[in-house]
Amino acid sequence: MAATPEQIRECVLRAIDEYNASEERPIPRSLDTVLLGAGGAVDSLGLVRLVMAVERRVEDDLGVPVSLTDEKAMSQRTSPFRTTGTLAEYIASCLAARP
Amino acid sequence: MSDRRVMLITGTRKGIGQHLAEHYAARDFEVVGCSRAAPEWTLEHYEHFRVDVSDEAGVKEMFSQVRRRHGRVDVLVNNAGIASMNHVVLTPLKTVRDIYATNVFGTFLFCREAARLMSADKRGGRIVNFATVATPLNLEGEAIYASSKAAVESLTRVLARELAPFGITVNAVGPTPVATDLIRSVPQEKIEALLARQALRRLGEMRDITNVIDFFIREESDFVTGQIVYLGGV
Repeated sequence: MAATPEQIRECVLRAIDEYNASEERPIPRSLDTVLLGAGGAVDSLGLVRLVMAVERRVEDDLGVPVSLTDEKAMSQRTSPFRTTGTLAEYIASCLAARP
Repeated sequence: MSDRRVMLITGTRKGIGQHLAEHYAARDFEVVGCSRAAPEWTLEHYEHFRVDVSDEAGVKEMFSQVRRRHGRVDVLVNNAGIASMNHVVLTPLKTVRDIYATNVFGTFLFCREAARLMSADKRGGRIVNFATVATPLNLEGEAIYASSKAAVESLTRVLARELAPFGITVNAVGPTPVATDLIRSVPQEKIEALLARQALRRLGEMRDITNVIDFFIREESDFVTGQIVYLGGV
């Protein structure tokens, strides 16, 4: 059964919880949180940690492995890692494109 | 899930990889190995995956299964490697692609996937790659093999820095020739000439390699990373 947008957003929020449990600089638990750029909630290493946490959460909660750092992600005109919301949308598009 | 630490070793069907699997399965590790073909042996505390180390989808699926079964990888040993001895003007591009696919791309893929698993674990992890004395000795006839392992050395040093924040150390052992299939086709005089360039002039043994790996993965070595240890005094 395909994951719903709500399930995917919940995965992102749970990954933020996981991230915040071990990081000194927490990420606001919201789907409007700006991740990168001016005022971004994470530095480059923080982004790596968050993306890995999200990938784990999607695999554990939705039962599907997802790679968010493939060539498709890197070639997007607007980075899927701009905000937590765009990250959730990108996960949905990756899951929808699965054969 | 077992309390034993989990070690993933590539290229375990025969040779050094098989020896490493036997060595660590007998020493409190749950060993997960892989190779393209199935091994002709079985071992307690050992599980085998058939996968080509340069096949990204296959490697990811393997790690996905390891994560579900064990929940962790404590140590990765990137042993899988192939060589081909030939003069550069006689070397087909396919040979270059095949050697780089296994030695460089395979090492990269396993480092990347292991780092993802290890970084989720507060205990971090240990990665040991395989270099070779052929690189610092600039051995004639081994341009592709030596250069592929030079890439592995560079990968080792850079990953040591990138993965340090996650508590993961990355080092490499650089063996001399060991009596395995890898050097079976190398003429005896070439081997003799190579040994003559070592400070300690003998073929390497399995214990020489496990000794260095044992050092890299011991608990007290958590301040050792980005190092390439050549055997034989090269």
